[in-house]
Amino acid sequence: MTRVHDMGGRFGDGPIVPDADGAPVFPQEWHGRALAVTLAAGFLGQWNIDISRHARERLSPKDYTRFSYYEKWISALADLLVEQGVLTLADLKGAEQEGPHPLASRTLKAEAVSTALSKGGPADRPSNVPVRYEIGQSVRTVHPASNRLVDGGHTRLPAYAAGAEGRVLRVHGTHVLPDSNAHGLGEAPEPLYAVVFAASELWAAPENPKDEVVLDLWQSYLEPS
Amino acid sequence: MAQPAAMPHDDHDHPHALLPPEPALRVKALETILTRKGLVDPAALDEIIDTYQNKIGPQNGARVVAKAWTDPEFKRALLEDATPVVADLGFYGRQGEHIVVVENTPAQHNMVVCTLCSCYPWPLLGIPPGWYKSDAYRARAVREPRKVLAEFGVALPSETAVRVWDSTAEIRYLVLPMRPKGTVSLDEDALTALVTRDSMIGTGLPKVPS
Repeated sequence: MTRVHDMGGRFGDGPIVPDADGAPVFPQEWHGRALAVTLAAGFLGQWNIDISRHARERLSPKDYTRFSYYEKWISALADLLVEQGVLTLADLKGAEQEGPHPLASRTLKAEAVSTALSKGGPADRPSNVPVRYEIGQSVRTVHPASNRLVDGGHTRLPAYAAGAEGRVLRVHGTHVLPDSNAHGLGEAPEPLYAVVFAASELWAAPENPKDEVVLDLWQSYLEPS
Repeated sequence: MAQPAAMPHDDHDHPHALLPPEPALRVKALETILTRKGLVDPAALDEIIDTYQNKIGPQNGARVVAKAWTDPEFKRALLEDATPVVADLGFYGRQGEHIVVVENTPAQHNMVVCTLCSCYPWPLLGIPPGWYKSDAYRARAVREPRKVLAEFGVALPSETAVRVWDSTAEIRYLVLPMRPKGTVSLDEDALTALVTRDSMIGTGLPKVPS
């Protein structure tokens, strides 16, 4: 039903180790390299952000757990490059292929980096799906937290918040639906809301009765309550 | 464009296994393959690293916070619709296309996490620190934020409600911490120096003037 990346609320992870003041952004040189290669490859335009997130989530539970953060990035990138037909398995094995790559005209050049990064990629889109809920309205999330379009597919409803009753806090407008966009099924924009849940709605033993958790949830993740 | 993937690819011999297992070598191998095919420009990679190592970081968010502490009209606009307001200061771009700023008060403390991955407001805070991306923070911040805060040395009164924002969409949250006491005489630049990265994630509080 869920994948290993969906870890909100999980027990057993131990203490958090805050970093020291002035700790380096990239503790190892290859961390920065992994980030940069991943971003640069993204500019080839062969996938969207939802496809690339899903590629990391689809690492086997064993790999997801044992890989460090940027190992997940670089390994998922290699998988994606092959799946999307940019590279072949022979390329990854190091077998030379002669001739220019058909996508080489799209390569991100050094002088274009600043503009490309500052341009961003907004996720809001016009949509003809009517806004169904208003601020203050009670809603309930669907249960189970699964992609309804593709079995085992990408979704952004965490398991810990499935089947829970909350209240609409903000209406964010209409945004690309990851459950569709991660699978090449179109952007399918629909209303997106910030929904607030009492901690006692989510956890058996909340730390404080006043505490709350807010999630950004698409309209199709919600039912009237 | 490659064929749409209607099914998740759960094949168990993932292509990445063909690359060297040691992570630094794995990155190097993939960079080399892509460079040889003309698909990445190593100088562009240097430029990306330089951007996030030296140019974009929590100093950006700190400017926003200090300005909000000193300029009530700016603060009002920021809380109403932050994206154009921070863009006017030059802070816009990848992983910061939709910014929402949430204000701490004596009654409510805000804290940000991404339980599903590592979403974070890059143009305002840069690349997230290791702990933000750790399993422990992702797993625990939503269920036991007060224990997590204690590990950062923050103890909140029980009258203060904790509201944890799980960044599940492309909205990126920045916490506006409370202005520390004893800072009435400080100008915007001096206030900026008090704003820590963690205070804008909600796992810390601003520094107090010495």
